[in-house]
Amino acid sequence: MAISSPSYQAADKIKPKQSYWSKISLPWVVTITHLSIVLLLPMAALITKSLTVGPREFWEVATQPVAISAYEVSFVTALFACMINGVMGTIIAWVLVRYQFPGKKIIDATIDIPFALPTSVAGLVLAALYTTNGWLGQLVAPFGIAIAFTRLGVLIAMLFISIPFVVRTVQPVLMELEPEIEEAAWSLGASASQTFRRVLLPILLPSILTGVALGFARAVGEYGTVVLIASSVPFRDLIAPILVLQRLEQYDYGSAAVIGTVLLIASLIILLIVNLLQQWSRCYAD
Amino acid sequence: MQTNKSKKFILIGLVLVYLSLVLFIPAIYVFYGAFNQGINTFLEALGRREFQQALRLTLITVAIADPLNIIFGLCAAWAITHKKFRGRTFLLSVIDLPFSISPVVAGLMLVLLYGRNGWFGGWLEAIGFRVIFALPGIVLATSLVTLPFVVREVIPLMEEIGQEQEVAARTLGASEWQIFRRVTLPSIRWGLIYGVVLTNARSLGEFGAVAVVSGSILGRTATLPVFVELAFKNYLATAAFAAAAILALIGIASLVAKEILAKLARQPTI
Repeated sequence: MAISSPSYQAADKIKPKQSYWSKISLPWVVTITHLSIVLLLPMAALITKSLTVGPREFWEVATQPVAISAYEVSFVTALFACMINGVMGTIIAWVLVRYQFPGKKIIDATIDIPFALPTSVAGLVLAALYTTNGWLGQLVAPFGIAIAFTRLGVLIAMLFISIPFVVRTVQPVLMELEPEIEEAAWSLGASASQTFRRVLLPILLPSILTGVALGFARAVGEYGTVVLIASSVPFRDLIAPILVLQRLEQYDYGSAAVIGTVLLIASLIILLIVNLLQQWSRCYAD
Repeated sequence: MQTNKSKKFILIGLVLVYLSLVLFIPAIYVFYGAFNQGINTFLEALGRREFQQALRLTLITVAIADPLNIIFGLCAAWAITHKKFRGRTFLLSVIDLPFSISPVVAGLMLVLLYGRNGWFGGWLEAIGFRVIFALPGIVLATSLVTLPFVVREVIPLMEEIGQEQEVAARTLGASEWQIFRRVTLPSIRWGLIYGVVLTNARSLGEFGAVAVVSGSILGRTATLPVFVELAFKNYLATAAFAAAAILALIGIASLVAKEILAKLARQPTI
């Protein structure tokens, strides 16, 4: 068990250079093996499966009415949710950075709750709160509005899970932004709205859009929260990930793979946009 | 100045109302739902056989998936920071992919590879090793969705410390393992722990990917988050809320741990 003295070990190794290379390859072996088993091979399996159905059938399955309506529910609702959170997230970040008020620290910490709470837990709670006789659902029920088990429920779920993204991308930028810049614009005679539009917005925009895109990627692929609060009826509030799961449960692996591939490609495109946006905001920082 | 003050109150009020509706009230309601029928009902729900099984399965999954992720994370971070090579950025974005892939698609990929009709399906069946609808699949799904966490936290720290100390240790005759344990590990420890906290929170709470690969069989392959859904759909609301409260407590504990670690390591939160 005794650790041999370093000098002894060094003397023992005649070719230290060679042992260095043989040792350093171990992390590589682990990295590539794990990555292949968990991510690369499964991804290849998905793509090949969706290609084996043939291009014509791929197109047919990918564009069948149920699928189109599911993409529409997923993407349009996610877009709405992320636009709302783009505005609200910016305001939240502003309030947290610029104002002092009691309880601020706690609010700042709770912003991360959607990251920390399992999605099924969030879905359970939102469904219970927003049904027509739940605490919050009954507030709008007299007006004939139902939230849970409709598309509005999907929206609420997506709002919940995408809150932290914009707040956390805008916050650091606002922190570095000195209030003097606004004061300068102000003292030069700019109105409050001019200061916001001409001075603040151009600086904040890249980070706001990055946050919106990150939240959008998350909301489009979201399953857990939505599955509990939506009724998942086709053409009404069925989202694309749930459609994939339904196809899988019917042992229709081909359709599941096709729609899954469409979702995969969509998330890759969003990822690309996020990267471009981040480069843009870095240009601004320099 | 008067208008500034009223603007401040309006904005703070707006934020509080919005966050209450979508965040605060839901967060509080988890515990209300679990305890509003008394502590005894809560404890009874925890005593259910299906709950016990889900808890056990979740803990086993985490006990395997967390160490796997730590080993992978350290190896990948080491590999990426200790050698300049083409495609470094590409490899990093590949590791980041699970952040943007839908959990359902992640689960589907695993089913198509390891499932009965998948590439490895026949071969796995021949040796009698069941992956999908069993523990190995759940562990794979958990590993997939938590893939980036440790790597992302450790890489910046490894880059920051550079390799001078390691080279110095090497010239003094330390073995690679000694270098890692005595030189590298101490300087990356906060980032590593931070990454482990994130991984752990996600492993405990992963629902989508696990729901797909586990087949969601109550009392057999349901993890705690899956149990929450199944109990809710089977009109066992109290059981669902009891499990949800346990998961929420763990989630909040992870948040607190994260805050403390961020302060300790003086690194900005994501």
